[in-house]
Amino acid sequence: MEGKTILDLRDIHKSFFIGTPNEFEVLHGVNFTVKEGEFVSIVGQSGSGKSTLMNIIGALDQPTAGEYTLDGVDIEKAKDHELSALRNKKIGFVFQTYNLIARTSALKNVELPMMYAGMGRRARNERAKELLESVGMSDRMMHKPDELSGGQKQRVAIARAMANDPAIILADEPTGALDSATGRLIMDIFHKLHEEQGKTIVLITHSPELSMETERIITLKDGSITGESKGTWQGLQAKEVK
Amino acid sequence: MLFFENISVAIAGLKANKMRSLLTMLGIIIGITSVIIIFIVGNSVTKGFSKILTEAGADTIEVVVLPKNTKNLYNIDDNVREMNEKDLITKDMLNQFKEEYKDKVVGLVQAESVYGDSMDGKGTVTRDNVVSKVQIRGYSKDYYKYFGNRTKMVQGRGFLDRDYAEGKRVCLVADKLVERAFRGDKDAAIGSEIEVNMNGVYYTYHIVGIYEYSRDGIDIGGTTSDPENPTTEIRIPYETARIANHAQNEGTQYIDVVVDSEVDGQAFAPEIRDYFNVKYYAKNDAYNVVVISMADQVQEFTSMFDMVKIAFLGVAAISLLVGSIGVTNIMLVSVTERTKEIGTRKALGATNKSIRLQFITEAIVICFIGGAVGVFLGITAGTALLNLLPMDLEPAIDATGIIISVLISVAVGIIAGYSPANRAAKLNPIDALRYE
Repeated sequence: MEGKTILDLRDIHKSFFIGTPNEFEVLHGVNFTVKEGEFVSIVGQSGSGKSTLMNIIGALDQPTAGEYTLDGVDIEKAKDHELSALRNKKIGFVFQTYNLIARTSALKNVELPMMYAGMGRRARNERAKELLESVGMSDRMMHKPDELSGGQKQRVAIARAMANDPAIILADEPTGALDSATGRLIMDIFHKLHEEQGKTIVLITHSPELSMETERIITLKDGSITGESKGTWQGLQAKEVK
Repeated sequence: MLFFENISVAIAGLKANKMRSLLTMLGIIIGITSVIIIFIVGNSVTKGFSKILTEAGADTIEVVVLPKNTKNLYNIDDNVREMNEKDLITKDMLNQFKEEYKDKVVGLVQAESVYGDSMDGKGTVTRDNVVSKVQIRGYSKDYYKYFGNRTKMVQGRGFLDRDYAEGKRVCLVADKLVERAFRGDKDAAIGSEIEVNMNGVYYTYHIVGIYEYSRDGIDIGGTTSDPENPTTEIRIPYETARIANHAQNEGTQYIDVVVDSEVDGQAFAPEIRDYFNVKYYAKNDAYNVVVISMADQVQEFTSMFDMVKIAFLGVAAISLLVGSIGVTNIMLVSVTERTKEIGTRKALGATNKSIRLQFITEAIVICFIGGAVGVFLGITAGTALLNLLPMDLEPAIDATGIIISVLISVAVGIIAGYSPANRAAKLNPIDALRYE
């Protein structure tokens, strides 16, 4: 698939100041690009620097050195409020622990990014309903997070990530807190989004098995990319035939 | 539109922690209640006084014989020998005084109650087994001349010059008394004799007129307790009261001097005092004349009342201060508890500004609800407090007090919420997301 480049990371370095006189470098010059419509996984053990990399990709943090362009926007030059807008419009986060806002219905949770984007009340309400329907949550829209199961919460979280039709979905161990059956269900939703809507998805995981499901696997070790390989995923249709 | 979202989030948060929210609001509630009480009682008392002053029409100056070192009416020296006839102001003294100041003094108002053997001056009228509470009070002719608008005649006539001069046993009764004692038959009441029992001593008067009973005013005592059977006044000529008290040849301790409307009563008052004291009381060992102008009296009361106001304002200020510290504290707790939520909101695109606004709104909502409860309690308590005062006052609830209270609440919310909200806004999204 030859699309435009969504993520472009060039020689990304990130170090943390951990007390005089030490600077601890976590990322030592990471280079990779992700094109529109790709389903990429970044796989690595804990301590490999994948969380730091995810924070940078997600515009939650800025690199110490290097260039990062997200859908044509220079991240390392962006100001605080510009980063907020980027996260709001270009990135859809899916967290391991769902991170739904407590005491707020599934519907309101999905509306939240649209609210921050300044979308009108009626429009965002309609879109939120559609999104929840697309992840099979239409009968539980008014439920609060603590009334939902883990799998249901993650489905709401995916609907929320899709709210502003972001350039990429950034999923951080999305099945990490779920049993294997539910995890399978969540992964199928990602595949559906990718195959049917052509969404660009970046999956961050420690599991090589899960990463095999993606088109491209980037392996991270000790803060550097050590390899890139292709996944073995046959597509949703193929799986169903099996 | 974030505004309404913030309010609904804040209210959901308060509902989730009901007890905590209520305790946090307590300081604000007490503070605003105090503010409202000050407004209600203050306004009512001020209104009550201005009503009395306007009703009085002309300025009056009270002239009272009191122990020599008396500074004010609330602090009378009681280590002085008992008053005797020689200490009192005689008729001759009054006539000379009126002659001396005939340009400035237009009238002298005198009033005296008939007590009988009863110390409290309360008597009863019994007709057809219905007992009505009354007191007997004599007023001089000038009372009706200058304070006439305090008395509205319903039927019959007022007193004649002859009634005053001869101390006739005639009276005016209140329509309220006619309702009870004469079953409302005014025609039957006029011309009837009425017998008043003052704790065993009986006085009989001939009813010549009926006046409209009024709950208002300070000068009609003790009438609020029982609206069905209030103590009404049987009004008789001043001279008649003096005769009943066997004091027709004695002097008086107390007179009201009515001054011309052109005269500044407050400035004229010391002149009257000096006139009496130089002329009559220089050689008196224990007593002299003290003067109080209406304005003085109002001033005296107002300054006393101001002390009460300051005390209440102090309570209000301290409660609001403690309350705002409580709100700050609870907001800090809330920010800490919801660190992860803040991180999530930031990841979803919330700006620092919108996070700050969210938490400030929450603090404002706490204070606003506390303030609203305070306004309600303040109105209730203020009205109840007015009923305890010896005056008959209409509770004056004005919008200004309520608006100011609401503004204070909102201001406390902003001040108390700012620093926690700022802390939330400045949280690093990565640290906040990682927070457990």
